[in-house]
Amino acid sequence: MMNITCPFCGKRNESEFIHGGPVGAVRPDPNAVSDEEWVEYLTVTPNPLGPVQEKWWHARGCGEWFSIWRDTRTHDIVEAPDGTT
Amino acid sequence: MVQRNRRASGGRIDRNRPLHFTFNGKLYEGFEGDTLASALLANGIRLTARSFKYHRPRSIMGHGVEEPATLVELDGEDASGNRPATTVPLRDGLSARSVNCWPSPEFDLGGINQLLSRFIPAGFYYKTFKWPNWHLFEPSIRRAAGLAAAPESPPASGHFEARNAHADVLIAGAGPAGLQAALEAGRAGKRVFLADEGAEAGGSLLNRNLSIGGRSALDWVEDAVAELRGMENVTHLQNATVWAYREHNLMIVNEREPELDGVLERSWRVRVGEVVIATGATERAMVFGDNDRPGVMLASSVQAYVNRWGVTPGQRMVLFTNNNSVYAVAADLAAAGMQVEAILDCRKTVPPEAVKLVPDIPVHAATVAGDVRGRKGVRAVKAVPVTGGAGRWIDCDVLGCSGGWNPTVHLWSQSRSTLRFDEDLAAFVPDEAVQNCRAVGAAAGDLTLDRIVGGGEDLAYAIEPLWRVNVPGQRGKAFLDVQNDVSVSDVHLALREGYDNVEHVKRYTTGGMGIDQGKTGNINIIGTVAMQKGVPLQEVGTTTFRSPYTPVSFGAIGGLREGWRLFPYRHTPVTQWNKDHGAVMYEAGARWRRPGYFPKPGEGLQEAVNRECRAVREGVGVYDGSPLGTFELKGRDVPKFLDFIYSNIMSTLKPGDGRYGLMLSEDGLILDDGVAFRLDEHRWMISTSTGHADAVNQHMEKLLQTEFPDWQVLITTVTSQWNNATICGPKAREVLQAVDSDIDLSPEAFPFMSFREGTVAGFPARVVRVSFTGELSYEVNVAPRHMAALWDKVMEVGAPFGILPVGSESSHVLRVEKGFLSLGHEVDGTVDAYDLGMGWVMSKKKPDYLGKRSVQLRRSGGGTRRELVGILADDPNQQIPEGAPLTPGGRKEATDGLVTACVWSVVNNRWVGLALLEDGHARQGETAHVRLKDDVIPVTVTKPVFHDPEGKLLRS
Repeated sequence: MMNITCPFCGKRNESEFIHGGPVGAVRPDPNAVSDEEWVEYLTVTPNPLGPVQEKWWHARGCGEWFSIWRDTRTHDIVEAPDGTT
Repeated sequence: MVQRNRRASGGRIDRNRPLHFTFNGKLYEGFEGDTLASALLANGIRLTARSFKYHRPRSIMGHGVEEPATLVELDGEDASGNRPATTVPLRDGLSARSVNCWPSPEFDLGGINQLLSRFIPAGFYYKTFKWPNWHLFEPSIRRAAGLAAAPESPPASGHFEARNAHADVLIAGAGPAGLQAALEAGRAGKRVFLADEGAEAGGSLLNRNLSIGGRSALDWVEDAVAELRGMENVTHLQNATVWAYREHNLMIVNEREPELDGVLERSWRVRVGEVVIATGATERAMVFGDNDRPGVMLASSVQAYVNRWGVTPGQRMVLFTNNNSVYAVAADLAAAGMQVEAILDCRKTVPPEAVKLVPDIPVHAATVAGDVRGRKGVRAVKAVPVTGGAGRWIDCDVLGCSGGWNPTVHLWSQSRSTLRFDEDLAAFVPDEAVQNCRAVGAAAGDLTLDRIVGGGEDLAYAIEPLWRVNVPGQRGKAFLDVQNDVSVSDVHLALREGYDNVEHVKRYTTGGMGIDQGKTGNINIIGTVAMQKGVPLQEVGTTTFRSPYTPVSFGAIGGLREGWRLFPYRHTPVTQWNKDHGAVMYEAGARWRRPGYFPKPGEGLQEAVNRECRAVREGVGVYDGSPLGTFELKGRDVPKFLDFIYSNIMSTLKPGDGRYGLMLSEDGLILDDGVAFRLDEHRWMISTSTGHADAVNQHMEKLLQTEFPDWQVLITTVTSQWNNATICGPKAREVLQAVDSDIDLSPEAFPFMSFREGTVAGFPARVVRVSFTGELSYEVNVAPRHMAALWDKVMEVGAPFGILPVGSESSHVLRVEKGFLSLGHEVDGTVDAYDLGMGWVMSKKKPDYLGKRSVQLRRSGGGTRRELVGILADDPNQQIPEGAPLTPGGRKEATDGLVTACVWSVVNNRWVGLALLEDGHARQGETAHVRLKDDVIPVTVTKPVFHDPEGKLLRS
């Protein structure tokens, strides 16, 4: 179980958080992209072997959504949210 | 009762406290301080088990968690399966049975497998999948598979619990290295968590006869424990196994005998700054023909039984080794009066300081054990020179083996820290730490006491590896994994068949996959692979070490999280009233307890539901709608936000008005349905379905915080801030008037889909005109503290109107009659609004909203879709099971739909159903066919509404 730093609450157990998936592409204007581009936006998400930026929600805490960089090989949090360590 | 192998004195047992226990139905005696294994050996019980695959006779081989051979099943209060006899503390009244043999280990019918062994080679199960036919073997394999049975019921008394803790340092193991580390950290003022799997501290010192600084090593242990006890910053647990090393230095500890009464086991989750791994070392077995015969033991275990438990496992010993540690064992045995016939040492030269320890014992250098005589118990061992030659038989009843020592690196490796093969120690030792941890003592490869505790006196460790005995004339199987019956020939077979990665060898042969996880044998498997492939052990590498280090009971893992405690129920203030009035209570989404129906005495479900539905359709009913998810949204940008998350337009609503809407997810599926009301310019209230409230909250918060952080929208969950009594039916207005409200209830002043604030029965209330039943409805929301009083008032005032409480069964019937959709029934991951006949809810004016593009994209592909329809069987009394498939012509073909709901309609006096049917909208008036197992029901396809199709009643 990871130890995740919430920007407000500090280090808390992973069990207090809900994983919100990797930070993907910015939502395109749906009226300005092709079908293929739209499908790619919907279905292709980052899944690297290594550091990935992902969203977490402190659902059983303060309710903040934030992002961290996590190394998928080691669970090391290589970059915590701004203003935390 | 005579414990014929018990010594007259010595050992850490209390001879004044005899304990009685049964083993395979026979009564025996042991002493306080015994394990089941030491008590069995004291009673001279040699044959204790049969092996897993070949049912070969087995005895106790080890003395702790490494024990591979003797697994027992405990009965009664302690009921549990597959416990190594060496880890079961003896209690008065304990009842244990051998696993894997029937009727007894002495006479076991499964023993016939020994004769069939050449037909059940490694990978036998896999091979039967391919040829000739797995199903031929399946019944007998399933019968033979597994060890003990799971207990039939949880423990009769007591409970499991879990606890969180934090520490600067966690030390795993309270042997010499662990105690030393704990003393140093404790004296430095750190918060220390010291946990050890044994019944008492001391580790290997308990088994050996050593001195530290001229005093008994156990005196040093006693002093260390006493000093730690005096430190407030130290938590010291025995009978507590550190079994998992998780991310970010989270350690999981299973404490088996907590002092608190009524707690069976306690699971600790300890987040720590630094982990000190002081888990010691494990002796490994020797590999030679028939090395599993009863009486072949680990040398250090023989020593442990003699020194710690005052038990002599045999009378005449032979020891077989490749390292120095056995010489101290021999000296202890000789001192205890046992006859040590010989030491067989495979090394060409034995260090003189080792030989000096055993002046009266014959030491045969460059000699190995080449064969064993005695099927149900060792009678003699054949000493064979490594250089070749005939060898000679030496009579003995116990053969103690030491294949060297493995640092216990399980936790180290679980932390993802690396290992390297140390040629001097002939073992894998900790290399680079990945998390903040360090290994100390034997776990780090320091196998000499003086290097751990200053002043420790023992023989320096030296070894020459011997992965398997390779002299001619061996007839029997040479076992690598005694528990899973994996022999050298199995590993050779796996290599020949191409499974040459060590992980593949493990899975193909099942070597190391037993309950002991190969603690005594894995390294010999690696050595055997290395010898066969002609590569160094470092290159073969180890299999992955995973938690748990030793077996952990499911109870300890679950802790208190069982039954209702896992997910506590949610209640409304009306729960007690419901129970008092005979409601049959259900769980109805998101753990809410709701009344299913209110049967009168002697009434069944259907009669009660019909009565409740008739009240709503013809008079008046009331239900508790509190569990519906409710959110208040405030801020300038709420209209923009709602227009984005709902498929229709909300922003045009005037204060006091509301609208029904669908929420889609970005991939175009229906996420939820509900209503949105504008309370005033910048305040809104939305409702969601009960079961989806949390998911919708997450959805909205995620969008606002991650996609639109500059939008001014604040969300407050008010599901439990407002409870409601929903009064519905043609007489609802009369009842609400009688309850007394200052709100003008006339249809002109308070029309359908609008919202008014005022007082009801004297309480501040928000009244909403929505309808989930198709009738005139008022949802009267009050604060939870007023809910019970409001409910009583409604029931009292409504009595002359014939008001009835309505349960969730009736709510279901009423919504099906109206064709109102229910998520999970009509809505699954394939259905969109058009399929439901709700295209009107998909705004064409808005250029963008969540899911719009994806719905367009999916529908642009053409093809038939399953669409919502009503279905009526020819026979009005014909009920159709919910979920039943529809097939073309009722033939046994691919389905073209399914029945989503079927209820007895009181207004139509017949069964009516809803279904998703391919091309259903175009097939109205046609006949479709529901296909059951033994029957085909023709149904007429209709519009999915069976009551008030124009919706006049709900607007009245």
